[in-house]
Amino acid sequence: MNLEKIKSDIEAAVPGCNVQIVVNGSPSGQHSLLLERQHVFEIAKFLQDDSELHLDYCSNVTGVDWLDTETSEKVKVQRLVDGVEQEVEEIRKTRSPGYLEAVYHLYSMEKKHGPLVLRQRTENRTDQINLPSLTPIWRSAEFQEREIFDLYGIIFEGHPDLRRILMWDEFEDHPMRKDYIEPNDYEYEPTPHDAVLEKSMQH
Amino acid sequence: MEMIAPEDQRTAQSAATAKSEDALLDISLGPHHPSTHGVFRMDVVLDGERVVKLKPVFGYLHRNHEKIAESVSYLASMPYTDRLDYMCSLTNNWAYALTVEKLAGIQVPERAEYIRVITAELTRLQNHASTIGFLMQEMGASGTPLMYAFREREIILDLFESLTGSRMMSNYMRFGGCRVDLPYGWLKQTEKVVAEFPRFLDEFERLLSSNEILLARTQGVGVLSKKLAIQGGITGPMLRASGVNYDIRKVDKYGIYDRFDFRVPIGEHGDVYDRFMIRLLEMRESLKILTQALRDITAGPIMDTKTKIRGFRPKAGEAYGRIESPKGELGFFLISDGSPQPYRYRVRPPSLINLTVLEDMCLGASVADTVVIFGTVDIVLGEVDR
Amino acid sequence: MDPELKNELSRQGIFTTTLEELYNWGRKSSVWPLTFGLACCAIEMIATTMARYDLARFGAEIFRPSPRQADLMIVAGTVTKKMAPQVVRLYNQMPEPKYVIAMGACAISGGPFKQGYNVLKGIDRYIPVDVHIPGCPPRPEALMDAFITLQKKIATQHLTGVDRPRHLNPDAPSEFIVPEFGAHDLEPPKNLKLWHITSNSSPKIPSTADNNEPGKD
Repeated sequence: MNLEKIKSDIEAAVPGCNVQIVVNGSPSGQHSLLLERQHVFEIAKFLQDDSELHLDYCSNVTGVDWLDTETSEKVKVQRLVDGVEQEVEEIRKTRSPGYLEAVYHLYSMEKKHGPLVLRQRTENRTDQINLPSLTPIWRSAEFQEREIFDLYGIIFEGHPDLRRILMWDEFEDHPMRKDYIEPNDYEYEPTPHDAVLEKSMQH
Repeated sequence: MEMIAPEDQRTAQSAATAKSEDALLDISLGPHHPSTHGVFRMDVVLDGERVVKLKPVFGYLHRNHEKIAESVSYLASMPYTDRLDYMCSLTNNWAYALTVEKLAGIQVPERAEYIRVITAELTRLQNHASTIGFLMQEMGASGTPLMYAFREREIILDLFESLTGSRMMSNYMRFGGCRVDLPYGWLKQTEKVVAEFPRFLDEFERLLSSNEILLARTQGVGVLSKKLAIQGGITGPMLRASGVNYDIRKVDKYGIYDRFDFRVPIGEHGDVYDRFMIRLLEMRESLKILTQALRDITAGPIMDTKTKIRGFRPKAGEAYGRIESPKGELGFFLISDGSPQPYRYRVRPPSLINLTVLEDMCLGASVADTVVIFGTVDIVLGEVDR
Repeated sequence: MDPELKNELSRQGIFTTTLEELYNWGRKSSVWPLTFGLACCAIEMIATTMARYDLARFGAEIFRPSPRQADLMIVAGTVTKKMAPQVVRLYNQMPEPKYVIAMGACAISGGPFKQGYNVLKGIDRYIPVDVHIPGCPPRPEALMDAFITLQKKIATQHLTGVDRPRHLNPDAPSEFIVPEFGAHDLEPPKNLKLWHITSNSSPKIPSTADNNEPGKD
């Protein structure tokens, strides 16, 4: 599928939207479109209705958790040291906030083409975690979005029945997040190996 | 395409069937119940014996497959995929291997592709046979059809055991091929099984297809329209029973499926009977593929020599791969960040998504029919909850 | 009775027995398992009842869908934390005498899924298990072996004395606590009356001497 063309088609059909192409580095060559949350619904509707694309089948909906990342780089800076200007190495840390992501894989059953990969991202991982639900357009997203809500904690606005699906209702955490702490109920068999023995000593 | 808002449609349908609010009865069916599909629960609201609302409840077999897979190496997830849809381990293996091959750009040797097709189609045979057996069990034909189906299943499991070392949990495919080559005499034995299988199908068809009770219980029950099937993301035999020509073996032509001559059976009404017949017909098509594959299989290596299985680290990127498993579209979605473990490992379970429209099919049906409709969805809980 | 004398008598055509033997013989030959499958092992359990393996030879072909009519629970598959309360409730609903076979690695310890946040690390945290049968999944032959082991256990139970089975002892508990869903885990995470782990601070390191000890039941 020609992503450039789809991108320009979308931008022509939904005025004012901003679509980015996310390049995929693997040999699979499945690049994706990153959508803004304001226009997701219109874009999805366009993709479904467009006579050329006719993406009537939403196959897979996935959540991904991207943690806050900290990249450090060494920069050479001119600075006065003991009155003499010297070149000093300095480590600069840039912190980019993490986000939760919902990935949609779309196919067309009629035209038999695909996949078109859509992504939408939340602002951060803590409080602004709302995304528009695409269940009203593709019903196959219903259980999968519920699952993402359960395991990742993304709140899908407009979902007809957003409840926990896999864990019990009283459960509070979102276990598929990368920073989830599991209940400490793992009994280590005491073996002569050092690492396992240490872990079992802690229990 | 016209948009179907799930909520509107459901309220409209339930309003038509519900007579008075206070005569309704809430029942929780499951998670322990006599139907043979594992720990599945349905919260059902009944008006007399008619279902007016049905909410599936999942998670009773949520084994954290995805979380565990994100903490172990790529290869170490292979045995876990066996336990997803535990009736069809080999197709699960294939779907995962295919996705990793896409992710890392691995080529599979020809002989391995043939072995994959043969094992996958054998898996389809035993899955469909057992599904029909279980369906009959749920319809009240206790024993006989299921025993017939399991008799054949055991014969196919013997083949799997001599090939992979295990009856059910095969752990057979690898990225870039298969784990071991076929044992001596395996192809001859398989040819014999394939040659004798139609006799069982004939017997099964004679026994069931025109049985009056079966016709009364299945025809016109649990109708799924073409439009709703596409909208709900239904795949596999269930989709084709509703009249949609969509078989990933034909659409994607993954592996070497473009080399075989086979047809895709399509249903007409989308009711329980069509779903039952589609499975019977698909078994015959599988036998066709098997005959061709067994005839054409070539000698050669079974593993891609360039792929390093140990210490496997694909480049950063992502891939979505899918195959036509006996249940429907089984997909894997992998995100690699260049480390030995996948950053994101996701299974697209056909069983779970095929249940999306369970409520729509069951509204207005009786409780006994609900069990039958549920039986034709053909789910395995290991895959639904993962 | 002296077993040699009994042997001698039976050779002469005189059959002697005790009430205990007769009672246990009846019980062990008509065990009714509960139709209760959880995961992969359930398929092997079904295969065991089918024509090739034919569990009916051991008098256990009638799988009862209701726990009120069953006296053997085969825990076949992974017990998740979401399912554990239901398993315990089903066990509590079964009438005495009742037995449990933990079939497969998952039911014994969590098996391959032991790391999972939603996986119970062994059903013996909540209910007493009579026979553990390892395997992933155990072959039908292994399940039959477990079954024969259970029959042997039933055959040797005494009707009186301190080691009499639970159903003849009014003081022994027949029902066990059903865990509740908590915010992070099950409450309680294990039934401490059943689950004994050797002193937490000093784990026992297995040595060659320990291996000679008879297995704890």
